[in-house]
Amino acid sequence: MAKSTFKGGVHPPYCKYTTGKGIEKLPVPATLYVPLSQHTGKPAKPLVKRGDEVKKGQKIADADGYISACIHAPTSGKVRTIIDHPHPVLLMSDFAIVIEPDGKDEWFEEPLERVNWQESSPEEIVNAVKEAGVVGLGGAAFPTHVKISPPKDKSIDTVIINGAECEPFLTADDRILQERAKDVLWGAFLIKRAVGASRVFIAVEDNKPLAIGKVSDVIKEFPSFELKVVKTKYPEGAEKQLIKALTDREVPRGGLPMDVNCLVQNVQTAVAIYEAVRFGKPLIERVLTLSGDGARGAGNYLVRIGTRFLDVVEMTGDMSDDVIKVINGGPMMGISQYTLEVPVIKGTSGILLFTQKTARRFEEYTCIRCSKCVDVCPMGLLPLMLVDYIKAGRFTEAKEKYGLSDCMECGCCAFVCPSKINHVQWVKFGKQELRRSS
Amino acid sequence: MNEKNLVLSVSPHIRSEESVKKVMWFTVLSLAFPAASAVYFFGLYPLLVMLVSAFTAVVAECILLKLRGRDVSQCLDGSAVVTGILLALTLPPRFPLWEAALGAAFAIVFAKQFFGGIGQNIFNPALVGRAFLMAAFPVDATTWSPTRFMSPDTFTGATPLANFKFEKVLTPYKDLFFGNVAGSMGETSALLIILGGLVLILKGYVDFRLPLSYIASVFCFGGIMWLINPSKYPDPLFHILAGGLMLGAFYMITDMVTSPITRKGRVIYGILGGFLVVLIRLFAGYPEGVMFSILIVNSIRPWIDRLTKPRVLGEV
Repeated sequence: MAKSTFKGGVHPPYCKYTTGKGIEKLPVPATLYVPLSQHTGKPAKPLVKRGDEVKKGQKIADADGYISACIHAPTSGKVRTIIDHPHPVLLMSDFAIVIEPDGKDEWFEEPLERVNWQESSPEEIVNAVKEAGVVGLGGAAFPTHVKISPPKDKSIDTVIINGAECEPFLTADDRILQERAKDVLWGAFLIKRAVGASRVFIAVEDNKPLAIGKVSDVIKEFPSFELKVVKTKYPEGAEKQLIKALTDREVPRGGLPMDVNCLVQNVQTAVAIYEAVRFGKPLIERVLTLSGDGARGAGNYLVRIGTRFLDVVEMTGDMSDDVIKVINGGPMMGISQYTLEVPVIKGTSGILLFTQKTARRFEEYTCIRCSKCVDVCPMGLLPLMLVDYIKAGRFTEAKEKYGLSDCMECGCCAFVCPSKINHVQWVKFGKQELRRSS
Repeated sequence: MNEKNLVLSVSPHIRSEESVKKVMWFTVLSLAFPAASAVYFFGLYPLLVMLVSAFTAVVAECILLKLRGRDVSQCLDGSAVVTGILLALTLPPRFPLWEAALGAAFAIVFAKQFFGGIGQNIFNPALVGRAFLMAAFPVDATTWSPTRFMSPDTFTGATPLANFKFEKVLTPYKDLFFGNVAGSMGETSALLIILGGLVLILKGYVDFRLPLSYIASVFCFGGIMWLINPSKYPDPLFHILAGGLMLGAFYMITDMVTSPITRKGRVIYGILGGFLVVLIRLFAGYPEGVMFSILIVNSIRPWIDRLTKPRVLGEV
């Protein structure tokens, strides 16, 4: 049977070296830097001040407004200060609560199983998720409680649990599925309950046989759940592409998955939802993949939020001296870092350490109109035309005629380009200029 | 590790192994197939024409890049070599060297660099060079010679297309397919051109839609005319095997720079081109229409691009 997929896309070298490495728990580092902005939307408002004692799981910052999320202390200790600290996504420093652990790792409220958690009402689920500060853990970090409480006029019939993990190198979701398949499914069960959907798809790319095996073992216990093996192709895990592949529905331009009655959640988010509802456990740690040719301790690690990249590297066995690129996330859409001082945040799905060999630098050559970018664009755009218009400063036309705003910056075009044109960089620039002019 | 050495760049952080140089030099390599047929059927002189043409193209490119204040090393990216060799392959086997050089220089200077260099030209440079040579040296550009396997005494000096157009004499398919016929040095062997073209298609440098739609279109339109009047018009198989159609289909209409950017556009482009080939071959003064057909579709390419803009995902 032909596996479902979408139109376009590329096949980068997948480099899933760490798929066989079990999730290892990293110790709490000497200092934690917990940024107030770890999600899409407004940064959280701090609830603690310098000198305060905090316990593990205690809420230290509260959601500010509807699209925001609260933040909890990753361990017990003392708030040293709240300062500007390098941030892995914002590309500039931002406020972070600095915590000095006391080494006791004492819970504020020990996570205990709640009675009848399986029968929680949608409101209870949404509330538990909100109180636990759960955000999308696939990378975009959109506050989950917002996502699972769609407006009244939108009905969701399909919940898709996204275990595609199409970014090369990353294997965190793969490991979660291998080790905690049942928790993922319970999470999916709760999401389904919260939004009143009728079916659940668990989507996994066909290059993860172990994960597929584990899921198919436990999925029988969940009626109306279906394992969907999708073709291994980047960006299979992109929301709109995954929905198209599994349901043949197209999210309208500028629209959201709920416009086509779908809801997509990452596998790790599903686990976080499960833990939040069943145990009331807040999101204070996540699994990430450390990899790349410069990493000596490549593997999958359960890391406390706020642990600096530097600490992750040191605790896992250091790195080679010739690392020239540090990436938060995957190689296709991740963000390169100027310092290892940046902390792991909720959306950090991976830390990649690249040497010269992998992170090569190229000069842009003239476009030879080979149209490879057109063939691979999963959104059906004309990347070469977009770049032409942006270079010419015609941003409005780039938007109106060539769909500048539809570009999700997946990087397929730049990946295949023989002229090594930095399409994504031009697109980001074009979007920024558009925002500035409006 | 020193943090000062960390490189910051926008994603993606990994790139494919492709480069313009690879595309161009691989194309040059694939031209060994038609070039081999030129040498096999017409001797070593064609090789000399190719070398002179390619060399002149590179020199002309180098000078123009210098004059335009661009990076001179671009002249070795392989694209000028492709133009030079392709031009030579479209010339008669005994074409004078200095005229070939002039044609190559004209192609690079007027059809490529004056438009802004690689990627910017509207017309296929090699074909512009050939059109120029046909206008400048009409006799030399149409003086054909027999292959090494034909008897010079019975050679009429006409190509299969001319033979049919003016004498209503058909050439055996076998000769057309293997290349034992009079014609431009690189266009006679359908077999070797297809082999070279297949290599490019498999490598992903040529979209099969272009040669396929172009050849199929000639076959269909030629076939329709043949069905209407078989005694006056040649059969479709003759159409696709004779003349420069194969070379045009695999190496000329497929030029990345001058062909449409969408898959649908490429199909339309090929069909239009094929229609023009048949139109020119059967109703114009020239026996061959490949060159003009491609130059004409080159000019409407931007319009095809605009008409075939793909549907954005989620667009209604």
